[in-house]
Amino acid sequence: MSRFKLPVLTSRVWKVWRRNFDVFLKTWHVNFLPSLLEPILYLAAFGLGLGVLITGSVDGGSYLQFIGPGLVAIAVMYGAFFECTYASFVRMYFQKTFDAIVATPVSVEEVIAGELLWGATRAAINASIVLVVVAGFGLVSSMWVLLVPALAFFGGLLFAALAMCFTAIAPDIDFFNFPTFLFITPMFLLSGTFFPLGLLPTPLQVVAFGALPLTHIVNLSRTLILGRTEQLLGFSTELMLALNVLWIVVVTLVFFLLAIMLMKKRLIK
Amino acid sequence: MVSANVLIKAVGLTKKFGDFTAVDSIDFEVYEGECVGFLGPNGAGKTTTVRMIYCFSPLTAGSLRVAGLDVTTQARRIKSIVGVSPQEDNLDPDFTVIKNLQVYARYFDIPKSEATSRALKLLKFFQLEEKRDASIAELSGGMKRRLIIARALLNEPKILLLDEPTTGLDPQGRHIVWDKIRSLRKQGITVILTTHYMDEAAALCDRVLIMENGKIIENGAPQQLIRKYVGQDVLEVEYDEALVATLKSELPDVEVEVWGEQVRVFTKQPHGVFERVAKKFPDKTLTIRNANLEDVFLKLTGRKLDEER
Repeated sequence: MSRFKLPVLTSRVWKVWRRNFDVFLKTWHVNFLPSLLEPILYLAAFGLGLGVLITGSVDGGSYLQFIGPGLVAIAVMYGAFFECTYASFVRMYFQKTFDAIVATPVSVEEVIAGELLWGATRAAINASIVLVVVAGFGLVSSMWVLLVPALAFFGGLLFAALAMCFTAIAPDIDFFNFPTFLFITPMFLLSGTFFPLGLLPTPLQVVAFGALPLTHIVNLSRTLILGRTEQLLGFSTELMLALNVLWIVVVTLVFFLLAIMLMKKRLIK
Repeated sequence: MVSANVLIKAVGLTKKFGDFTAVDSIDFEVYEGECVGFLGPNGAGKTTTVRMIYCFSPLTAGSLRVAGLDVTTQARRIKSIVGVSPQEDNLDPDFTVIKNLQVYARYFDIPKSEATSRALKLLKFFQLEEKRDASIAELSGGMKRRLIIARALLNEPKILLLDEPTTGLDPQGRHIVWDKIRSLRKQGITVILTTHYMDEAAALCDRVLIMENGKIIENGAPQQLIRKYVGQDVLEVEYDEALVATLKSELPDVEVEVWGEQVRVFTKQPHGVFERVAKKFPDKTLTIRNANLEDVFLKLTGRKLDEER
């Protein structure tokens, strides 16, 4: 094994991104409608159903207000994770699209980086659609909401990078059942999405904060949309937000490089 | 057409996958304007060699230069002057025929209007104009193959690599592809193709490199190899002891190869020698035909089959 080298990435990365964007535009209605309908269903079910039972304030607001930012964060996770697992795997394994591209001046590293940036873009698009629905329900109460698409992009990059690492080691497409059910579904439920993490025992709070990427995105999403931050583990708001950002930046960087390394190992024979 | 300029030069080129040596220290040169065929049974190392030429597979040892550029350090520049038609279909099923070409051109930094005009010209050349807006799933095997070769020409390459360009095609499909490759050669492009069809190699190549177990075991013009190993005529007949005995006594240099029930007889002597023998066995069904590259190939690589019997 050769020594670790930083990948050389040129603007050709965007040509790979552009290929996926072109396909997305062609099939936009298939991509658009589910993203739009899903949050409406959640908000209806929780607002008109479950929410009626919850009469007190949840973390300083209504329950519906509480889950709005959670749904935006979930859209970030799903958008990027499914794009860079199932969809990237289909392009890599069944369509041989990556093989076709690396016969041109575009390198393997650039193909993977382009895929990751595309996954982040999908996350930003999906999250923005959900945000529009959340706003439509009157659940936005901060001007910082304008930064949500940017948060969704960088949070998306984190999930794209994690997903691509699974793709790099997936022997077949059914393999993705493991990360989906053992990683994504628990996060969907246990990252401060549907109830405040402060309700959990402290050790579980530590796990959620230390090991679940979604926790950090939910927290930032709630801060940007509602203008308030859930206090955890005795951290001040400023420290909490700084740790959220730092966590996302560091973990994204590590997995971005790891994803490229693992995919290179898989693709170059 | 073939110039004295060496365009591709391999020295001690080696590729290993773990313990398995796919390409075993081979040396070869390809001249500008030449059409060179890599022949060999499956697993001989043809595709691996081609993949090293277009910088897909890193070398294990040796050196390989393409147009004076080193494949290990100048991959991007090499890939911009090489066109690749891979063995498997990797057209983009998410796009139409024309969009496949437009998107692929983008990877070479070809501006959009230029890409479209090149794409339309190539579709015309490969008789795919009517399929311009069709999806990839609607194309026949032959059309897909032509589109892959068209795609390989978008960057106007100096070198065209064709990995088994006609495998799986029907006879019409093969002949269209051959015809297009011949026209391309007239335009001066250097072609490297791999195939296990001997008639294809004989029809298209100036020179063939026969590979077996990762090594190049013979190298030369098809006709030259046929004369060297097989001669001019081949006699094929059902095995018969009396006939074989007669052949051996009349033609001292005769070589008899038994392939199951069939006997193939080779001689270096000129045309007409087999006819003399044939007259003595009027009730036998004999076939006398021209020697071809397949005879050479089987002679050179057929040992393994013999051992298995």
